[in-house]
Amino acid sequence: MTATKEATVSGATTVHSGRSWTANVFKARESGIVLALIVLVAFTATQNSRFLSGQSVRDILLGTAILAVLAVGQAIVMITRNIDLSVGSVLGLAAFAVGSLMRDNPGLPVIVAVLAGLGVGAVCGLLNGALVRFGQVPALVVTLGTLYAYRGVSYFWAGGQQINADKLPASFLDFGTASLLGVPWLVLIAVLVLVVAGIVLRSYPAGRELYAMGSSPQAAQLAGIRVGRNTTAAFLVSGALAGLAGVLFAARFGTVDAAAGTGYELNVVAAAVVGGVAVFGGSGSVWGAGLGALLLTVIGSALAVLDINQFWQQAIVGALILLAIGADRLVAVRVQKTLSRRSVSQKRDAHV
Amino acid sequence: MTRPRPGRAPLLEVRGVTKSFGAVAAVAGVSFGLHAGEAHALVGENGAGKSTIVKMLAGVHRPDDGTLLLDGTPVEFGSPADAKAAGIAVIYQEPTLFPDLSVAENIVMGRHPRKSLGRIDRTAIREEAERLFARLGVRIDPARPARGLSIADQQIVEIAKALSADARVLVMDEPTAALSRVEVDRLFTVARTLRQEGAAIMFISHRFEEITELCQRVTIMRDGKHVSTDLLEDLTVDDMVKRMVGRDLDALFPKQDVEPGAVVLEVEGLVREGVFRDISFSVRAGEIVAFAGLVGSGRSEVVQAVFGVDERDAGVVKVGGKKLKAHSSRAAMAAGMALVPEDRRQQGLIMDLSIERNVTLPRSRALAKLGFLTGASERREARRWTERLRTKYRRLADPVGTLSGGNQQKVVLAKWLAMAPKVLIVDEPTRGIDVGTKAEVHRLMSALAAEGVAIVMVSSELPEVLGMADRVLVMREGRLVAELPRADATEDAVMYAAMGQGAAA
Repeated sequence: MTATKEATVSGATTVHSGRSWTANVFKARESGIVLALIVLVAFTATQNSRFLSGQSVRDILLGTAILAVLAVGQAIVMITRNIDLSVGSVLGLAAFAVGSLMRDNPGLPVIVAVLAGLGVGAVCGLLNGALVRFGQVPALVVTLGTLYAYRGVSYFWAGGQQINADKLPASFLDFGTASLLGVPWLVLIAVLVLVVAGIVLRSYPAGRELYAMGSSPQAAQLAGIRVGRNTTAAFLVSGALAGLAGVLFAARFGTVDAAAGTGYELNVVAAAVVGGVAVFGGSGSVWGAGLGALLLTVIGSALAVLDINQFWQQAIVGALILLAIGADRLVAVRVQKTLSRRSVSQKRDAHV
Repeated sequence: MTRPRPGRAPLLEVRGVTKSFGAVAAVAGVSFGLHAGEAHALVGENGAGKSTIVKMLAGVHRPDDGTLLLDGTPVEFGSPADAKAAGIAVIYQEPTLFPDLSVAENIVMGRHPRKSLGRIDRTAIREEAERLFARLGVRIDPARPARGLSIADQQIVEIAKALSADARVLVMDEPTAALSRVEVDRLFTVARTLRQEGAAIMFISHRFEEITELCQRVTIMRDGKHVSTDLLEDLTVDDMVKRMVGRDLDALFPKQDVEPGAVVLEVEGLVREGVFRDISFSVRAGEIVAFAGLVGSGRSEVVQAVFGVDERDAGVVKVGGKKLKAHSSRAAMAAGMALVPEDRRQQGLIMDLSIERNVTLPRSRALAKLGFLTGASERREARRWTERLRTKYRRLADPVGTLSGGNQQKVVLAKWLAMAPKVLIVDEPTRGIDVGTKAEVHRLMSALAAEGVAIVMVSSELPEVLGMADRVLVMREGRLVAELPRADATEDAVMYAAMGQGAAA
């Protein structure tokens, strides 16, 4: 076929621009959140200067730290096309466990409290992961079940009692308020978690496999990725981070009862979704989830400063989630259109 | 049986393997060997068990009975990772890419190159992708996400993936179904190089010319059983077809002469910006009109706009003299038009629904009695059409997703044929269909035309175009460049028109 040979010279398949589309989308998403933050902070500050006072900023950062640690774990699970609804209950259980531990053994160093929280969370997460993996039940259902189960364990254990700040050792409470070079410990820990998770997800095969699993579970299986093991690991990490968040919670508030962290799971999912983590897995970053946590905390704080009814906070969070999902759809449709139009107009292969 | 050359054991041997799904034995006691430096074709009708063999080699399925031997030692693959580690790379019938990840990352997934501290070496990944694409002679940006790639490009990424694994055994399950001739040539060049370097290749295709071009040995399967393994030079294509089908095949292009009736479909001045321009044609009752042209010349886009799946910027479509609303496939269907899409599995089936439901879906209203669907009428219809297409299935109530790839395609065809349309548009009617069913599809199209249906066919297979069409419309770069009546439609004439003067010189 002489004709075919001629065509080979110009026989390029689809040609595309050098920039990665997804990278651009994430950048757009993250800069959008930053922009919203700046506008919100600027507006609130003009209305009430107390909003930028040291104490107010401190409260926002401490609140963000706990939510961000949870959101990182949630993002890791969501990237694998799963969801962990039990994080609020795990936080509560870990907070109560660590509170009891420190109350009964006032001499223990803080690091033991942190490790204990991580341990309690990890066990809960491992159980979630095992149920999802071996039960072949959707994570939504499994973690909805464990949400109630773990909370039930907390109530059973606490039996209505509350751990108050005056019963906790000073060293533990200091941990909740002390800072290093002006940055509270809680914030440092949250940043550390973010950075480590961000690097692992971006630059280590284990992280990339999580994205692959969420992007196409079947393909991941065929590519030889150990989907079951990785799923369990993702839940384990999410649980452990929820446990860590429980320690931070106990240290910050000093008062822990069985209801600690009730309803947190929805804030956490909201933070991740607003931050650009796709509910259907495969895309998003922990940075986005962290920014989402910051935005939600700032909104809550701003509304309080502006003296606006708490009801609006929930309505605004809801609107933000819808906006985030709508923006994702819009971008996806646009990208799809551009790509298919290009491939139609540029493909000129010999094929009769 | 295999005839091993003296002193040369097969690199990978399949010995007496059996695999059943439920009560149906997909593969029963099949044995053959893949030799180093040899390309081995595996042929058989749809549902003969070829893909099941592939999945056992890939570690997806474990054989119920029998063994796989690598270098003469029995091996057991518990997972795809084991098969990969043993040096077996598989290109599946349907691309298995990660849509959210970059093309380059898709290629290296599972064995990322590392740099200091165990981190992923992104530069190395990009370079590897670029090197592989250069070897395959394609230009795909390694940094773009896999989402939105055409099927052909996805298949090329699959091939790059297999090449990057430095496999000793390369298994290709219908890799060429979505590829153009140029891309197939490139793939074969690469496959030959691998073969000369000592890899064993297993190749599955329904195109005999590709098999004779690439392979030295061929194993034929029928109904899950091993029929024969021979050197290809000892067999003719007719022998292969006979053994595959188990009977003599009637003519592949049973075109009946039909006196065309009144004009049924009229298309005037159809335009879609940047895709096609000035498309005007008409089809009479009883006529088969074929669209030929290069991939990307806009053939599929034209029929999609005619049917109303895609928008159009200008132009009129009339069925039986009545104008159709633009961009409304519902209006087109109400007017008696049916479109069998190119990508049938994605656009034509609901995988979790039963076979009978899928077949009768577009007609569920017509089949309903007093507004209720009765199982009996659905089943009767479904059975009639699936049997006519010789679809292999266990029960009509099984989900379509459980069928083999080729049989899924037959269900899509059955679905639209059961509608008894006035105008039937078929995009690539026999892509991925085995030779026995091909003849059956052709006979059906011919019979429908004889019943007075106006048929529009888009096809990349020239013999099919020439064998079936009353008229051939040739497209090039979004324009209709030639209209050839059956008598004038020769391979040369169609190619000449499709490529344009410059390329044919």
